[in-house]
Amino acid sequence: MLIKQHLIQGLVVLTGLFSLNAQYVPNQQSDRLVRPDSLPVRFWFGRPATSEHIARLNDDVRPDGLGLPSGEGVATQGAVLFAAKCAACHGEGGTGGTGGALVVKPAAPGKRTEKVIGNYWPYATTVFDYIQRAMPFNEPGSLTPNEVYALTAYLLTANKLIDEKTVLNANTLRSVKMPAQPLFVPDDRKGGPDIR
Amino acid sequence: MEPNQPQKKITRRTLLGGAATAAVAVVQTSFARGRSAVAVQIGIDEKTILTEDPTKQMGVPPGKVGTRSTFEKLAKNPSDISSRSPLQDFYGIITPSDLHFERHHNGVPAIDPAKYELTIHGLVERPMIFSLVDLKRFPSVSRIAFLECSGNFRTGKETMSPQEICGLTSQSEWTGVKLSTLFREVGVKPNASWFLAEGGDAARMTRSIPVSKGWNDAIIAYAQNGEAIRPEQGYPVRLFLPGWEGNTSVKWLRRLELGDAPWHTREETSKYTEGIKDGKIRQFSFDIDARSIITFPAYPAQIQKGWIEIRGLAWSGRGKVFKVEVTTDAGKSWQQAQLQEPVLDKAHVRFRHLWQWNGATTEIMSRVTDETGYVQPTFAQLIDARGSDGGYHFNPITVWQIKADGRVFNKPENFR
Ligand code: HEC
Repeated sequence: MLIKQHLIQGLVVLTGLFSLNAQYVPNQQSDRLVRPDSLPVRFWFGRPATSEHIARLNDDVRPDGLGLPSGEGVATQGAVLFAAKCAACHGEGGTGGTGGALVVKPAAPGKRTEKVIGNYWPYATTVFDYIQRAMPFNEPGSLTPNEVYALTAYLLTANKLIDEKTVLNANTLRSVKMPAQPLFVPDDRKGGPDIR
Repeated sequence: MEPNQPQKKITRRTLLGGAATAAVAVVQTSFARGRSAVAVQIGIDEKTILTEDPTKQMGVPPGKVGTRSTFEKLAKNPSDISSRSPLQDFYGIITPSDLHFERHHNGVPAIDPAKYELTIHGLVERPMIFSLVDLKRFPSVSRIAFLECSGNFRTGKETMSPQEICGLTSQSEWTGVKLSTLFREVGVKPNASWFLAEGGDAARMTRSIPVSKGWNDAIIAYAQNGEAIRPEQGYPVRLFLPGWEGNTSVKWLRRLELGDAPWHTREETSKYTEGIKDGKIRQFSFDIDARSIITFPAYPAQIQKGWIEIRGLAWSGRGKVFKVEVTTDAGKSWQQAQLQEPVLDKAHVRFRHLWQWNGATTEIMSRVTDETGYVQPTFAQLIDARGSDGGYHFNPITVWQIKADGRVFNKPENFR
């Protein structure tokens, strides 16, 4: 009893001190254990990351355009790149292959329509981010920003999302509207008796 | 290994003749006294040297690493993109590390632990780099929890084992540093609401995670079942998010970026989202709903009349398993199964139910209820609730048909 009280008091002091997001709920079982919250504010392990180091690693892109590099490209340039570096796995024009289809096309008999960029992806920035980080599958990370813009322009054009003359850059890419975007909803499951 | 005893090594190899030329590394020959011992050390099948009576022959000396009996044919079930755990062959609740399921998006990378770094940046007071040694210096935490891929459901034919139906779930004891400890070290800013976790593999896997999960129970894990994490599981460091869809527990973790909005990466838009009613698409569906499956008797087992211990696994990503019920009369009546302690939070639990089979055709199934009151649905209930039979987070009751000759088959559903 005494020990428990002591621990809780200690915790109040500690949480106050470090203003943590700690959600400590007194619980009979865990009160018998030493709480790990009595941690020092800092351990001073590790070393600072310089902005050059971060810039080398960080190439992620958000829907609001944050992270998009400078550079630009158009669909005609992308078409040439696609035929050379992508079509082997995604088919001519992105219509399908071992790597899957990338453009909207009619469903095969008895099958449902394939989920692709044009009918399923909520943000065009994701196309840029994904090609830049993961494609071509056999040579990831080998494309320049201009090439990624050109390939993105090509795929957005093939999916009828932008005009083939659009010069894709950080500004134009983040303003592309995707038809599937309004369909996306957050998780509505929350445990309890409802099946969702 | 034993530079002082090269002669002995050769002598013993010679005993076995040509077979020894195909030998794997011989590590214990200085202790080897009998031919079976040497044979095992050099990788010859135990069966080829079986004797009538093992009590009449000297056994194998101690070794540097243990071996699985060559009589046990445990194997994962690999495809191009995943490899499934043989659930029907397991006892208890821990998955042997070499049989933990695999799912990766461009292969298993080779990462030098001496060069490994985790960078944390973005909305933090102090962007930092942590080496593996740094991470191991922090206070550590261990936790037994399941890890399940949210795409873990298959059906469509009778001849499907638990491994084929839902082998993308496994359980380990994970050890590492709490992410909350690192969050304090870097000083996460109050306006940070999401973080991006990035892997150091060829897919550079990325997922956006709410910061609250990082403060609650996320682990930056470097060990699994008492040893370093296996390469297939993220060596040397992975994120581990208890109870959440496996893909979010990013392996080969190299970078965490704190931000004020999600990134909407390909794996949280094009993939790992599911169609629901009215053409809507559910996104950021992180929690794994409760599920159970009978792993014995199950295809390809054949049973005999008499007493049978029905065995299986149950789990929930939302907390503890509250109860498991079993039916042996195709759902007319349900009995409560026994739960084997320990019943852990967000963990596989072993259940058992004794049944006397009279030889009649029937169907058996299990359904779990978790501590939130969620009851595992039937396939039809799920389709009805979602208006869609595709996608992730499918956790229906598995129905096993028992034929008059004792053979057991999956009852296939019409899916996709
Ligand atoms: C060696 C085969 C191969 C090549 C070459 C290749 N890809 Fe892929 N691509 C794949 C595979 C496989 C996937 C699926 C990866 C996964 O699911 O993790 C994929 C996925 C994609 C996707 C995501 C599709 C979706 O709907 O989620 C895009 C976009 C893409 N590739 C674009 C490209 C582009 C652009 C190129 C050329 C620069 C390219 N790929 C070259 C194999 C390839």
